[in-house]
Amino acid sequence: MKLESKIPEGPLAEKWARQKFSLKLVNPANKRKYDIIVVGTGLAGASAAASLAELGYNVKAFCFQDSPRRAHSIAAQGGINAAKNYQNDGDSVFRLFYDTIKGGDYRAREGNVYRLAEVSVNIIDQCVAQGVPFAREYGGLLANRSFGGSQVSRTFYARGQTGQQLLLGAYSALSRQVSTGKVKLYPRTEMLDLVVEGGKARGIITRNLVTGKIESHSGHAVLLCTGGYGNVFYLSTNAMGSNATAAWRAHKKGAVFGNPCFTQIHPTCIPVSGHYQSKLTLMSESLRNDGRVWAPKSKEDAQKIQKGQLRANDLSEDARDYFLERRYPSFGNLVPRDVASRNAKYVCDEGRGVSKTGLAVYLDFADAIKRDGKKTIEAKYGNLFEMYEKITGENPYETPMMIYPAVHYTMGGLWVDYNLMTSIPGLYALGEANFSDHGANRLGASALMQGLADGYFVIPYTVGDYLANIGPADKIPVDAPAFKEAEKKVHEQIDRLLAIKGERPVDDLHKELGHIMWEYCGMARTAEGLQIAREKIKALKKEFWSNVKVLGDSQEMNQALEQASRVADFIELGALMVEDALNRNESCGGHFREEYQTPDGEALRDDANYAYVAAWEYQGDDQPELLNKEMLEFENVKLTQRSYK
Amino acid sequence: MKINLKVWRQKNSNTEGKLVEYHLDNVSEDMSFLEMFDVLNDSLTRKGEDPVTFDHDCREGICGTCSMYINGRPHGPQTGATTCQLHMRSFNDGDTIVVEPWRARAFPVIKDLMVDRSAFDRIIQSGGYVSVNTGSARDANEILIPRTIADEAMDAAACIGCGACVAACKNASAMLFVSAKVSQLAILPQGQAEHKERAERMVAQMDAEGFGACSFTGACSVECPKSISLDHIARMNREYLGAKLTSDNA
Repeated sequence: MKLESKIPEGPLAEKWARQKFSLKLVNPANKRKYDIIVVGTGLAGASAAASLAELGYNVKAFCFQDSPRRAHSIAAQGGINAAKNYQNDGDSVFRLFYDTIKGGDYRAREGNVYRLAEVSVNIIDQCVAQGVPFAREYGGLLANRSFGGSQVSRTFYARGQTGQQLLLGAYSALSRQVSTGKVKLYPRTEMLDLVVEGGKARGIITRNLVTGKIESHSGHAVLLCTGGYGNVFYLSTNAMGSNATAAWRAHKKGAVFGNPCFTQIHPTCIPVSGHYQSKLTLMSESLRNDGRVWAPKSKEDAQKIQKGQLRANDLSEDARDYFLERRYPSFGNLVPRDVASRNAKYVCDEGRGVSKTGLAVYLDFADAIKRDGKKTIEAKYGNLFEMYEKITGENPYETPMMIYPAVHYTMGGLWVDYNLMTSIPGLYALGEANFSDHGANRLGASALMQGLADGYFVIPYTVGDYLANIGPADKIPVDAPAFKEAEKKVHEQIDRLLAIKGERPVDDLHKELGHIMWEYCGMARTAEGLQIAREKIKALKKEFWSNVKVLGDSQEMNQALEQASRVADFIELGALMVEDALNRNESCGGHFREEYQTPDGEALRDDANYAYVAAWEYQGDDQPELLNKEMLEFENVKLTQRSYK
Repeated sequence: MKINLKVWRQKNSNTEGKLVEYHLDNVSEDMSFLEMFDVLNDSLTRKGEDPVTFDHDCREGICGTCSMYINGRPHGPQTGATTCQLHMRSFNDGDTIVVEPWRARAFPVIKDLMVDRSAFDRIIQSGGYVSVNTGSARDANEILIPRTIADEAMDAAACIGCGACVAACKNASAMLFVSAKVSQLAILPQGQAEHKERAERMVAQMDAEGFGACSFTGACSVECPKSISLDHIARMNREYLGAKLTSDNA
């Protein structure tokens, strides 16, 4: 397959403007003749659905949650970046672009990332106009803070609930369009297949989660805004329902999947407490602005702490190792996520971890409280401290928090061109569901920016170009053979899952997949380990399809059935992640292959051989996928070894 | 810990439900309440019994999906927390815990502990927004909002739409939910242009959905996992009255 990125010609700063001018427009009177399907109602989906409806298109919006307001964007805490330079501290569109490209370890497209930085400023304006209550200074102007890995203050925030407020803003815009009749909402409805006919995306097959009814929906274009696939690992900071099914089934219908192995492990999460653990909770990375990360210098002290014979506060300053400050004097505790996570892992691997399991390090606010006072710290992080105390039963004002890395975000996703179109014409992917803007590692406060950039400011322009080219007549009815065939396959898979009647509940198999992925395809990977994972996943797939136990039937609310169908896809996607990690013989960003590191343990890229997007093409059940390469070209930044020393 | 559970089981909205007893022997105090239900469902599934259906998603207290009525209180004994944030250390060995769905005419039961809260979405659709199309905003810093106002708006905007306020109210009133949105947009300059119609429309929709009247007992605010203040109800009443007295729309 030939992958064309369709990045426009011309200087970086003019590309998007040129593209906007060259894209065809749909006549205002004709917009009502087009139907657009939007799957997912998080930041990307809600903003896209609202903006497209405002333009006059007919939109159908689907979500598996009971309300669009509950999409997992809601849980983002820290903030959203924008190159407003309100703080006069040297920020600019180019600097945000540069930081994002560098932070992604030079595995993202220059054109896409520059556009992201460029529209970031419009996002803030839009959200404020909607009534999003961003934090303010006393004079009434917007407040900013610096955020993970950034040396300027460009992050806008609403307490520790920025994702919630931005999503409620987008949800309110969406709700307004529902009231005008331009958007029809389908909550508690899950997409189970994509319908492709004549080489174009024609619609989707869904299951009503309350009644179990399988339905077909036809449209001129389909937008997947379905988030990431972190739940491949079972334990992650994702919501329990976050899944890859829509994206994966589109992949099996021909949409190539970009860089599946690029996953982000977030350094500041609450550690695992037991085998029953169902999810991991993130503590916003903004905590690293004031908290100092440390572990005991000696293994002996760590062991005593693990056994409960010693407490953190008992250790004197010289018995503590502030390992991020020591190794990275210029960035200190603010190094990017991948670097912070890996270093916590090393410390624990050395036996210097704390907590009962030995898999945790400290995040200490004692100095910040001494310096700024408890009140200031409370104003900044009060709700996070409370959340921590609710989960762990410990008071972080008095004793250091314990943190450990957890799977948080997936940079990989469906491959898209500059217009956000996948390799299937008429099928688009927005937000975390696509692969495009974060390279091998995403910077803090950039996910919200990307989701809203795609939905509010990119797709309204680019989808029009496709629609204008195909014309309103180019749509097929839901009783066309392509829909009937896809419906039949969906029914068959559901019946097959219910017919297995094996021994193991879905979660049990999902946990096993999670263990394999975390162990062999997590923070540090080796060729040897990945080969083990490959075999284990193969065996697990067999076990799943012969031994999963799903009770009940398909014509009712059946949560185990929903979950089983998602886990079946996670297993296949997990296998592809392993292949991708095995193929990429270099370390970059969140992908760390132990064989490829600098003498002092940093990721060692191989730009000569791997400066490409690995775009995998499905070849049929249990067939190896075909690797396509989109070479990345860098004209505006010089590829350097990332250094945060 | 040993825990005895009495859980509401109801096959669907057309059948009657009842409380069913379950006993769990190995409950850890570090488990979340929902993780205890995971353990219960695992054992029910292995025994071939239908697992308990319940709503849950983010499990960190922000999505507003989880909704269990525990020992007569929405989200259980802890204040300022959702069901998913409740941990078993809040209970004692040997406790009997009664778990029911939200009870309200406007929230019909779908199955077991899961209810239909789409009435809340329809209330927001009736006016819980600022009418501003994408692209038509001016520079964000041109709107000055004093910090105290921004903070107050944020307090109201923190609502997660879980419905605990309705479940806590003897009249199943949705006033706290509705007033939080009305209030947030009423105190911000961005919401001024539409503030009268907003209050009128949202109240009308609330009534149409079958929520009860507010008798200002304050139970909603006490049980609200985000501690939304009753002040917002007072502000909404002012907004609504003012709108009724002066508007042409009524």
